[in-house]
Amino acid sequence: MENQKQRMKDYWRRNIKIVLSLIAVWFIVSFGFGILLVDQLNVFRLGGFKLGFWFAQQGSIFTFVILIFIYVVKMNRLDEEFDVNEK
Amino acid sequence: MEILTWTYILVGLSFALYIGIAIYTRASSTKEFYTAGGGVSPLANGMATAADWMSAASFISMAGIIAFSGYDGSVYLMGWTGGYVLLALLLAPYLRKFGKFTVPDFVGDRYYSNKAKVVAVFCALFISFTYVAGQMRGVGIVFSRYLEVDINTGVIIGMAIVFFYAVLGGMKGITYTQVAQYCVLIFAFMVPAIFVSMQLTGNVIPQLGLGGTVEGGEYLLDKLDGVLGDLGFEEYTSGRKPIADIFAITLALMVGTAGLPHVIVRFFTVPRVKDARLSAGYALVFIAILYTTAPAVAAFGIYNAIDTVAGKSVDQLPEWISNWQKTNLITVEDKNRDGIVDYTPYSDTNELNIDKDIMVLAAPEIAKLPNWVVGLVAAGGMAAALSTAAGLLLVISTSVSRDLFRTFVPSMTEKTELIIARVSAAGSVMIAGYFGVNPPGFVAEVVAFAFGLAAASFFPVIIMGIFSTRMNKEGAIAGMISGLIATLGYIIFFKFISPELNTADNWWFGISPEGFGSIGMAINFIVCYVVSKATPPPPQNVQDMIQEIRIPRGAGSAHDH
Repeated sequence: MENQKQRMKDYWRRNIKIVLSLIAVWFIVSFGFGILLVDQLNVFRLGGFKLGFWFAQQGSIFTFVILIFIYVVKMNRLDEEFDVNEK
Repeated sequence: MEILTWTYILVGLSFALYIGIAIYTRASSTKEFYTAGGGVSPLANGMATAADWMSAASFISMAGIIAFSGYDGSVYLMGWTGGYVLLALLLAPYLRKFGKFTVPDFVGDRYYSNKAKVVAVFCALFISFTYVAGQMRGVGIVFSRYLEVDINTGVIIGMAIVFFYAVLGGMKGITYTQVAQYCVLIFAFMVPAIFVSMQLTGNVIPQLGLGGTVEGGEYLLDKLDGVLGDLGFEEYTSGRKPIADIFAITLALMVGTAGLPHVIVRFFTVPRVKDARLSAGYALVFIAILYTTAPAVAAFGIYNAIDTVAGKSVDQLPEWISNWQKTNLITVEDKNRDGIVDYTPYSDTNELNIDKDIMVLAAPEIAKLPNWVVGLVAAGGMAAALSTAAGLLLVISTSVSRDLFRTFVPSMTEKTELIIARVSAAGSVMIAGYFGVNPPGFVAEVVAFAFGLAAASFFPVIIMGIFSTRMNKEGAIAGMISGLIATLGYIIFFKFISPELNTADNWWFGISPEGFGSIGMAINFIVCYVVSKATPPPPQNVQDMIQEIRIPRGAGSAHDH
């Protein structure tokens, strides 16, 4: 029982770690690249786009999509590892 | 065939489809009415969420707003998509595991208090009603524009359709009509965008076309910056609003999205926790298709408008200009009588006024596409407006029948509850329709603030409810109320009491009322933390429940008690 409790604590800690690292990326691409650093990044170019503008209008959205799918994969693995996955 | 004939045919077909689906999938139990029985596949739920989420404003107006605000329009693009990351990572899986029917359900159980639940119901109703009134007006405007009936007739037709499938089908009916509506609206949005992109930049994919080159080999965005600069406007790709405000508005929209009850409730309809996560991913993919196309449509539209109209001779304007002049969405007035259309940022010399909705509405004509494409765009706009209205009405009726009646009359049979749910759905269609026909001046203003209110009320207490076992009812109630009052107060002060003071100099921290939801959210977080520290921790059974919702196994389908 105590063992089980400790396992769930570990599971939750790992879960929080995954979430925090993905939220950090979420913040950096949108608020970082798309807003706070937009002028600095606009010096660089990505084809026809200024880089900061691209992050604000397209890049951040693509990143958001990728983040959720990374989360799905990582959590499914974690659930299996801790044997809390659904059948 | 005429445009109007095509419009009637395509809109009529799409309505027949929605009603057919509604009859086929009508709900027979409260579980089906509230959460479609909990058996919706993640993919279908993703599509339904996307349609639920994207309103007439996303479909028709957003591209135009971006076209005229350039970089500043990014707040909507990032704000209305970034919220799904929060939803997927912080809310959806846990609320699914919790496995009840509504957001107030969660607040009531997690904070072991009917008082907290009632506060949550009040917030849900307030947010949903302000939002749905705007949608009904939107339905009316879309109808009137395309079917050439007046706005009120349009609202009534829209009410009848929504009434039919929301009241009959409940969540089950709404889910599958929303899947169909998503298909209609995304097809209608993409077809003109692809053709315009091809004509302007030679690139089939609008997302790439935005970064492509126009005639002469110059990049579209650089050319646009140059052209706008020459006319005296700000560059398209640089910001005009202060950074602090852009930051605050984006945050308020993101967090507000994650806190909107009609979006959250969609994740109760999938069978398992892992489906809830996956479904949020699908939803964002479906939303991102439109949201990454919209900035392209925006830039193509403003470029085309300037290229074909500004500085041209008044009597040699393209045909689509004269077509849309009839609707007053475009006006050309040769003020200085030099025979040339001057487009300037100053109202006394500017001779060309373009409504923001034109960028989407006129796109098929600008691209010289066949008439059926115009009819398709009409059907798409209606799909967007109806799907959002239906989702909101369901939240309202559920709040009344489940969160109010069931809470205070627990002996009620399921059959009675289902009847009450249907009656309150019908009632809310009527009320929403009334506001659609007689829009109070404040509705349009307030719709934009529904996000700020959702951000300031729900989001913090749900997050704390999941990620903190120490958060108690005193903290949650104080937090919700203070966040809501602070945000509402700020908005009411600047929008209604002293609108003349609504300038950047008077704002707190340079944050506009649109962005104040993020401050309200911070206030909510701080108040609920401080108050909970000073009051006793939640009882053991609630702490156990929190441990329970953190683990996916054993979710089962949404259960009643």
